[in-house]
Amino acid sequence: MANKSLPIFTDPLNQNNPITKQVLGVCSALAVTVKLDTAVVMTLALVFVLVLSNMIISALRNYIPSKIRIIVMLTVIASLVILADQVLKAFLFDISKQLSVFVGLIITNCIVMGRAEAFAMQNDVKSSALDGLGNGLGYGIILILVSTFREILGSGSFFGLKVVPQFMYDLGYVNNGLMLLAPGAFIVLGLIIWVQRTIIGYRED
Amino acid sequence: MEMLSHYLSIAAQSIFVQNILLSSFLGMCSFLAISKKVETSFGLGLAVIFVNGITVPMNWLIQKYLLEEGALSWTGLTSLANVDLSFLTFITFIATIAAMVQLVEMVLDKFSPTLYQALGIFLPLIAVNCAILGSSLFMVERSYNFPESVVYGISAGFGFFLAITTMASIRYKLKYSNVPAGLKGLGIAMILTGLISMAYMSFSGINL
Repeated sequence: MANKSLPIFTDPLNQNNPITKQVLGVCSALAVTVKLDTAVVMTLALVFVLVLSNMIISALRNYIPSKIRIIVMLTVIASLVILADQVLKAFLFDISKQLSVFVGLIITNCIVMGRAEAFAMQNDVKSSALDGLGNGLGYGIILILVSTFREILGSGSFFGLKVVPQFMYDLGYVNNGLMLLAPGAFIVLGLIIWVQRTIIGYRED
Repeated sequence: MEMLSHYLSIAAQSIFVQNILLSSFLGMCSFLAISKKVETSFGLGLAVIFVNGITVPMNWLIQKYLLEEGALSWTGLTSLANVDLSFLTFITFIATIAAMVQLVEMVLDKFSPTLYQALGIFLPLIAVNCAILGSSLFMVERSYNFPESVVYGISAGFGFFLAITTMASIRYKLKYSNVPAGLKGLGIAMILTGLISMAYMSFSGINL
């Protein structure tokens, strides 16, 4: 049993990563990665929504008429996102302000819809939960990688702590402001995809 | 005259400076999937302008007269005057978008079959495009008024249109160039988008 369900969890972490391989959920991966703490909170919110939506949809899969499945999925996902958003607003107001509209956009995040459609509709609750967890964490790994690069190169800090020592600045080192802007995000993600695909040997025609 | 330049400035801001795709990263999924061909990107771009121009003002009306704190005071009932339904924003907006897309599809099918054919499969896909939901949410966050939201809806859509057609034309040329194997497809597309977005950044000084 363990042999069968383990790949469901580990595959999306690397081999079948939602961002670099399945090309799902790229939008939010770029927008929230200026700083590490927003990236971590976003990952937690997404994992929460993804695991629960996968479980609920998989539990309901035999009762959802296939014609209206999209709207049923959207309703389930939107309710979970509202829950996540309200919790963030109540307990982490500052970060919720920085994430701005992107928590709401988890509704249209293709990872959630894509996994519900491709996996939860055909599989039982337990493996759907594992699939949700794996994909959520696979998404998180990329998010955290991108934001590590962007925060260190762009603001010289790591989780808000200064890591570039002062004498470097005195010697004339300057933070790369481009990393904080949109182009930095695109280019860092592009390079990460290159490295990751070279390692797993995946080629696109 | 002053009004006109105010709207022009919103339009220029949302097309070039805060381009929905290149600086807010919305609609990346369809952007990456569709931009392989120029014709299809053109179709998707048109559909986004069209739907965004309708849904943003629609959602503005809903936000203003149904969801906001005190929005229900127009009913005249004192018990409703202080109701705040803004936590329902996401689910109402996505439902409105899905319904509007369906409606637009039916109207187009009836009155303009040529346009309907041109937009084809892209109309239904738009319901789950984050650029559409995103511009409605930005409209709330930036507290635009009604005419501003009309201008914003259309020009945000136009920004998407411009970005996706540019990208498609570049990818068309890219077919004949020698890209390292691991970088092919998604990787090079991301880096290209970064370069395009850098080019758009040079508009950021514009202030009409």
